[in-house]
Amino acid sequence: MKYEIPIGPIHPALKEPILLQLTVEGEEIKDVDVIASQNHRGIEWIGMNRNNPVQSIYIAERICGICNISHPAAVILAVEEAMNMDVPDRAQYIRVIQCELERIHSHLLWAGVAAHEIGFDSLLHYTWKVREKVMDILELVNGNRVTKAIMMYGGVRRDIKKEHIPKIKKMLEYYKEGFDKLAKFFLEDKTIEMRTRNVGILTKEDALKLGAIGPTARASGVKKDVRQDQPYFAYPDFDVKAITPDMFTGEVVGDTYDRIVVRLLEVKQSVEIIERALDELPSGDILAEPKLVKLLMDLKKAEGEGVGRHEAPRGEVIHYVKLKKDFEPFFSWKVRAPTYSNIMSWIPMLKGCQIADVPIVAASIDPCISCTNRVIRINNDGKREIIGGDELHRLSVKKTKRLLEGGS
Amino acid sequence: MKFTFIPELFRQLFSKPYTNLFPVKYAPASIKETLEKVEKGEIKITPPVEIPDKETFRGKIQYDREKCIGCRLCIKVCPAKAIEFKEEEKKIRIYVGRCIFCGQCVEICPKNALSQGEEFLMADTNKVNENWIVE
Repeated sequence: MKYEIPIGPIHPALKEPILLQLTVEGEEIKDVDVIASQNHRGIEWIGMNRNNPVQSIYIAERICGICNISHPAAVILAVEEAMNMDVPDRAQYIRVIQCELERIHSHLLWAGVAAHEIGFDSLLHYTWKVREKVMDILELVNGNRVTKAIMMYGGVRRDIKKEHIPKIKKMLEYYKEGFDKLAKFFLEDKTIEMRTRNVGILTKEDALKLGAIGPTARASGVKKDVRQDQPYFAYPDFDVKAITPDMFTGEVVGDTYDRIVVRLLEVKQSVEIIERALDELPSGDILAEPKLVKLLMDLKKAEGEGVGRHEAPRGEVIHYVKLKKDFEPFFSWKVRAPTYSNIMSWIPMLKGCQIADVPIVAASIDPCISCTNRVIRINNDGKREIIGGDELHRLSVKKTKRLLEGGS
Repeated sequence: MKFTFIPELFRQLFSKPYTNLFPVKYAPASIKETLEKVEKGEIKITPPVEIPDKETFRGKIQYDREKCIGCRLCIKVCPAKAIEFKEEEKKIRIYVGRCIFCGQCVEICPKNALSQGEEFLMADTNKVNENWIVE
């Protein structure tokens, strides 16, 4: 006897709105359907209609609260490509440091959530306590904990102060010492092993076929990382290598356990990158165009298009931006958040699992669901057409009438 | 395979709490009375956590009316549209309730009339309270 179980759009197992339609036989999941786009925020519309490009950095920052460096990073990469802008070396290094700080806090946050999903709340509290150290540094360097407002076209807005560097180094030491302990708790504990080993397997073939990205793909043995394949910012200097679980365990299974391994190793990798970046931090300017008013004028005059690719903690984020002369907002702006590519890998992962595995398997790709839902604008003969509330209401009334008259 | 977290759990039993302390240890029967007592100096509360770096901290916006020349650049860059222009006086009014503390207006101001202070505890139920309007 087969049953259909809907999980979502609003459900305690999912932090954000998405609908999972499960077909179960007994406890075993036979088939999965993912229905996305339960939440639409119209962020791209704001960027194309209401905001000037400088304001759009901050709206990009708010696409995702956790990846609040990644989205601005991708949008500035796209605009810098469109404008052919040269960025000072020091700014590139500071950007790398900020991106890696974000990766540390995001992966630790995820590790805590993963522990919580399997009911291991004491480990959640421990992990988040460890995470607090990097949050303190973010507050010290940026002025607040979450949305750092540091990215700017052609550089960064704030420098890393000399007196902050010893404190950052102290934090890095803390993570270096704490890593073995954290790895012991996560990778040698019986509870975690029982719940995550051989659960939610994504094979290498499936990962390639479904276009999975980020730690989800790397845990399946796909050596894919934008920092390695197409280095941007100052990443060419660091020679980043994609991390796969066989570096630690000696084999690639592609299960939830491997995804924990990859994320923990990436924390270690980020710590090493920041350490090198701080040691090699070049001196110089931090902005290509320090006069903001002039930058706004340049942005208005600019014409061209660019694509920004950035390795966010969850995978590759892509922003496409088109600028048009004498048109202040972005002429076109398209955001592809990493979860969009990873969401389909839920289907092979969940098949054969039990219903009780849904929260941990769903969480294992580190989904950021509200980030993935984007605007779809319909072009009618090249003309822009936006359907407003009134029009929608009119269409709805029309349909009711049609149904009443026996139509479809 | 064993439960590697158990020793850490026992260690935590005997360690100090990691979280920031609340102003008072137990919830008082009357917050108003407690605050009055604090004003009189009868009881002491745990002070709020210190700001890590006062120079880099981005708190509530501060506005120097005299320096402002009414150029409207801050209005142009404010991502949250939190700033309003007062036509007659050629000055601005900032709604902190909408402010996202990005500091973009501070950066663009040609006369340095805007700055960010240290205040950040501003929770209120009234959207248009005095504390949230800077002019």
